Amino acid sequence: MNNSVASTLRLAWASLRILLVLTVLCGIIYPLVVTGIGQVLFHDKANGSEVKVDGKVVGSELIGQSWNIKGTDKPDPKWFQGRPSHSTYDPMATGSSQLGASDPTLVKNVKAAKKQVAEFNGVPQSEVPEDAVTGSASALDPGISPDYAEIQVKRVAQHNGLSVAQVEKLVKAHAEGRTAGFLGEPAVNVLKLNIAVRELTRK
Amino acid sequence: MSPVLADVLQVTALIGALALVHRPLGDYMAAVYSSKKHLRIEKWIYRSVGANPDAEMRWPAYLRGVLIFSAVGVLFLYVLQRVQDKLPLSLGFKPITPDQAFNTAASFISNTNWQSYSGEVAMSHVTQTAGLAVQNFVSAAVGMAVAVALVRGFARSRTGDLGNFWSDLVRGTIRVLVPLSVIAAVILVACGAIQNFGDIHHITTLTGDKQALSPGAVASQEAIKDLGTNGGGYFNANSAHPFENPNGLSNLLEIFLLLVIPFSMPRTFGKMVGSLKQGYAIVAAMGIVWFGAVLAVTWLEYAHPGTASHLAGGAMEGKEQRIGEGPSSLFAVSTTMTSTGSVNSFHDSFSGLSGGVLLLGMMLGELTPGGVGSGLYGMLIMAIIAVFLAGLMVGRTPEYLGKKIGTREIKLAACYILITPALVLIGTAVAIALPDGKEAMTNIGAHGFSEVLYAYTSASNNNGSAFAGFGANTPFFNTTLGLCMLLGRFLPMVFVLALAGSLAEQKPVPETAGTLRTEKPLFTGLLVGTLLIVTGLTFFPALALGPLAEGLAS
Repeated sequence: MNNSVASTLRLAWASLRILLVLTVLCGIIYPLVVTGIGQVLFHDKANGSEVKVDGKVVGSELIGQSWNIKGTDKPDPKWFQGRPSHSTYDPMATGSSQLGASDPTLVKNVKAAKKQVAEFNGVPQSEVPEDAVTGSASALDPGISPDYAEIQVKRVAQHNGLSVAQVEKLVKAHAEGRTAGFLGEPAVNVLKLNIAVRELTRK
Repeated sequence: MSPVLADVLQVTALIGALALVHRPLGDYMAAVYSSKKHLRIEKWIYRSVGANPDAEMRWPAYLRGVLIFSAVGVLFLYVLQRVQDKLPLSLGFKPITPDQAFNTAASFISNTNWQSYSGEVAMSHVTQTAGLAVQNFVSAAVGMAVAVALVRGFARSRTGDLGNFWSDLVRGTIRVLVPLSVIAAVILVACGAIQNFGDIHHITTLTGDKQALSPGAVASQEAIKDLGTNGGGYFNANSAHPFENPNGLSNLLEIFLLLVIPFSMPRTFGKMVGSLKQGYAIVAAMGIVWFGAVLAVTWLEYAHPGTASHLAGGAMEGKEQRIGEGPSSLFAVSTTMTSTGSVNSFHDSFSGLSGGVLLLGMMLGELTPGGVGSGLYGMLIMAIIAVFLAGLMVGRTPEYLGKKIGTREIKLAACYILITPALVLIGTAVAIALPDGKEAMTNIGAHGFSEVLYAYTSASNNNGSAFAGFGANTPFFNTTLGLCMLLGRFLPMVFVLALAGSLAEQKPVPETAGTLRTEKPLFTGLLVGTLLIVTGLTFFPALALGPLAEGLAS
């Protein structure tokens, strides 16, 4: 009995040492090597693809933002709006509504969103695309569908004193197709598009 | 290009890449686990811990290595979480509570990566990289080691020796997982996944709002989390988070990583038992079920049954725009059928029937293609059951790969397949009967039941994905799910290794005209049938109460 306890302890001691060695290798050296390579070769991406305006960081091109009127939960008509977010685009609370496809609360949310988006942009409800009324998975979705960008053009042009054609051109320029032509879905990056709108109004 | 055409191209590219890589990778892994030579760094490791990598172990010794190494891992990770606030790079996060720390330790050691915490506001840099990510490597290597031990049981005769656990563990980590992870992680950074040890970056947006951008060694963790079929996201949103999965390319790469080792291991098996065709019969069965599920879920998500999805015009709730419905479905099937559990979209919001297919994928025991190692050994157990059933039909003593499947072998295999169903069904029943189950549901009715069933299925099968509306961070769920994860991982390993020992001791029986040809398509069909019947009979009543009831009602 004593023998087997002793051998178990010996084994546990060897296990702990091997775990520590592998911790150094996989938990310290490995991430540091990847960090080193990433920081040298892809410095901006490794640090969060941050976007600067006038020398100041205003966000990350990968992380969506809320475009509400400051201090309210009302969308600002000046800006292109992103998808509904479960946490109002707070990166410290990522995730989705987790509501089932037939859930009564989700039905209510979708109905309300559809009405709001249609009225806000002055289009019939039938023209509101699916991504405009459904919450993203991450709560940080940086993109919207080209269709959703399209129905916002008129409103954004109007509120910024721009012509529809000017804004239309910006949307076209910011539409990102599928990666390599067939991977994922086409999307328009809302932050980059809004920055472009802002630049145009300041000219 | 229409989304459907893009999906077809995407699945074709994925299958093509897997077909291309399985051969060199499968052969390489066979060489790694058969080689007599040690690398210099490996020799140094064995010397510094005082292990003899050349000592052959019989099954009890091999098992003791697995269990004690894993027990030490649980303790180490538990302590690390409890003291993370006192270590450097803590980001100001508090220590994890005892029940949650146990749950997380059990979760990462058992290769489950069920997460009852939110990474972005709970786990420090040190806990993430030196704790969680390390277990992503070694728990995967343990699974591969056990699979290789079972393969040796088939390949060897008249000996009880199954190889050396330390050497299998270290080689799997150093020669297979680390190099592949480095390559994958660098590609992920190139796509836009972050990789730094910085602080939370507080910025002011153009509207004057404040936003806090997360830091982290994300790409390095993402790579091994998928490659090792672990699944624990750096952030709560997991692979839906743009910092973990920035674009369509990173998305396909992550799906590829989930599948590449599980689909390559049958080749390793074929190589080691001296008949590649035997491996192909196994991989074909895995592939058929996986592909069938991909078709089913993709079709269902595009058809978007469900009142809310119908109203919205599509099933985009809980999915990302840059990823889309098809690639989300492909990821969902691949993650539930590989025991990974990382998600790029939230399964809770999939249509009721899609959720049922994902549940079924886990209930099959995650064998199609299954987790790294666990997929192969689980499938070989199913193969044993299949030859046994065939033997019963024709009244012959069954044999597989020249080994007799006698009373002892079939008893061990039967015990193996009973464990997870018992854990899932008893666990779900207890949770539903107690007030805890009801309080944790986000949804009501059949979908709420599915949330509980999904949680116990995911934990017991070591998947780790969730119908994440389920509020699992309570002492009751942290403890019971933690126990399910440990028992669901290590009890089956006991039977697998005992079986391996018993097979290795046998002398081979010569093949005769009456031997069932297990390398033929007929056997692949038999194997798929066995898998579906065994699981179907076990879980049909539970599935009927949850996803089927919901799916038929909508």
